[in-house]
Amino acid sequence: MADYETPELSSDDGLVDVPALVPDTMVGKGPYISKPEFQEGMNFPSDIEQDEDGNWSLIPNWKEEALNKLDDLRGRYRSLQVYLDICVKCGACTDKCHYYIGTSDPKNMPVARQDLLRKVYRRYFTFAGKYFPKLVGAVDLTEEVVDDWYNYYHQCSQCRRCSVFCPYGIDTAEVSMAAREILNHIGRGQKYCTEIMGKVYKIGNNLGLPQAALADTLEGLEEDIEDETGVPVKLPLDQHGADILLITPSADFFAEPHVDGLMGYAKVFHELGLSWTLSSYASEGANFGMFIGSYENMRKISMRIRKAAQDLGVKRIVFGECGHAWRVAYSFLNTLAGPFDFLDQRYPVPQHVLEITWPALRDGKLNIDKSRNDDMTLTFHDSCNVARGSRMGEEEGGQFDVPRNVIKAVCNNYVDMPADTTKDATFCCGGGGGILTDDLMDIRVKGAQPRMQALKHVTDNHGVTHMAAICAICKSQFTKVIPYYGFTMDQIVSVHQLVSSALILTGQVDEDEDGE
Amino acid sequence: MALEINGTTYEQDEEGYLVDLGSWNADVATALAAEEDVELTDEHWDIINFLREYYEEYQIAPAVRVLTKAVGKRLGKEKGNSKYLYSLFPYGPGKQACKYAGLPKPTGCV
Repeated sequence: MADYETPELSSDDGLVDVPALVPDTMVGKGPYISKPEFQEGMNFPSDIEQDEDGNWSLIPNWKEEALNKLDDLRGRYRSLQVYLDICVKCGACTDKCHYYIGTSDPKNMPVARQDLLRKVYRRYFTFAGKYFPKLVGAVDLTEEVVDDWYNYYHQCSQCRRCSVFCPYGIDTAEVSMAAREILNHIGRGQKYCTEIMGKVYKIGNNLGLPQAALADTLEGLEEDIEDETGVPVKLPLDQHGADILLITPSADFFAEPHVDGLMGYAKVFHELGLSWTLSSYASEGANFGMFIGSYENMRKISMRIRKAAQDLGVKRIVFGECGHAWRVAYSFLNTLAGPFDFLDQRYPVPQHVLEITWPALRDGKLNIDKSRNDDMTLTFHDSCNVARGSRMGEEEGGQFDVPRNVIKAVCNNYVDMPADTTKDATFCCGGGGGILTDDLMDIRVKGAQPRMQALKHVTDNHGVTHMAAICAICKSQFTKVIPYYGFTMDQIVSVHQLVSSALILTGQVDEDEDGE
Repeated sequence: MALEINGTTYEQDEEGYLVDLGSWNADVATALAAEEDVELTDEHWDIINFLREYYEEYQIAPAVRVLTKAVGKRLGKEKGNSKYLYSLFPYGPGKQACKYAGLPKPTGCV
């Protein structure tokens, strides 16, 4: 592990005390800048140059373009215009951000981070700011301001916890997205996101996993399930005429514990007799277009799902465990890539895999032996984009209850973390919104502190051994950062991994009973 | 960023990954590991060689499970797990081992 200053945890009440301000602790250059080749792939301006020290310039007419883009965005999104105007600086959001709590940097207070953009908006687009800038805290747009934007808007994971506490309902994520979209258009895109989206366009997923490698990986998983259970469970790829198209984050093919979740979906589909397939063309649930505030790119990625569904002739689209994939799917897919009138309207369009698994468990359609998870005491981390950006199931609050119901249906031991850290008050894992990159490791470690404190509380006081999640980013972020806090990476599990362990397939012969 | 070995320059990206995959050789792997204070043993080389073979066939690094399974088959079941791989490559087998093997870094939510 590389050295980062890791905050100390206590297990008293699971909550972190609000830190005293320490200005400029997180001042810096921000993440790696998107090179011209990646910018071109996104249809963003790419006429930037690198000097001898490796620093990138902005595009030649950057100031004019930045203001044009801000004007364009406030015209496109009425919400953004409102958020720029209505903040009264009440301070309710100041101590709600995991990055502020973890870093003590006042610019990570949501109101202050938003104001980095707002103060420029005021200078150029409001009467008071144009004529009396000092009176209203309006400032000129300079390269220093752009540097601050780039640095601090990449210390926001767009998790929207602050918005829950804002009396006006100002959505900080939208302000962050707008700021990043302006940066995209002046030559300051973020390498992590643009490189990845380029791979989606070329290959079909964030990883750059080509069809042959995906097929080989899935075949290997089929072997593993059959070795373990004696049942030939299939993970079909590009199967024309299947009923369900499963869209899942490509991390499910690649990383741990994600892949255990994928095997869980496959076992549930198998046991319920559902006909399903993955698509190599749309082998990605994640949609990084949202992170960088680019409607055009978010739409382009979503259209791949529509095309795959049509090409394969499926009747339903189901999403796997991926937080912001589900936000984009649940909240935007129908308007981004719809109408989905060619799908079977008797099912939700789109549907979450948990909306299949929970009713099946509830109605006793799956043979479950909960004792198989008795070596664990679980807690559940609500992923921000699911908790605050979507819903699940038929009841209000289903996005909180459905995953918990599933865990409780397959595990005997379950404990919730403190109420101020769960459900709609959940803390981000610290890696969402385009922050899950090694060049932002410092902020990732610090931003995880509130969640780690809550986990420490239930670990020390209630014997919790494992934390389950339903988002690829949360799973990757936690496995990477929890060792800094004294936990081990295998304490993070997928929800469908728990289902998989407890589920006894029809005809299952366990490895040990088989005499192996 | 660049690596200088016996008069030859090897270009690296911001994170130290080799830019031209074709220019890789064993000395490059040793030098990349040395930058992170890792001395490559036979155990490291088993993994690096497998990664390169897999990449040759599939143009991508293997998934963690594919890797652990292959290691288990080749080197014995007790080594076919992530714990063993992390003991060799503490920054993560996917990323650190790929770097030494001259492969691009796996990207995405991993």
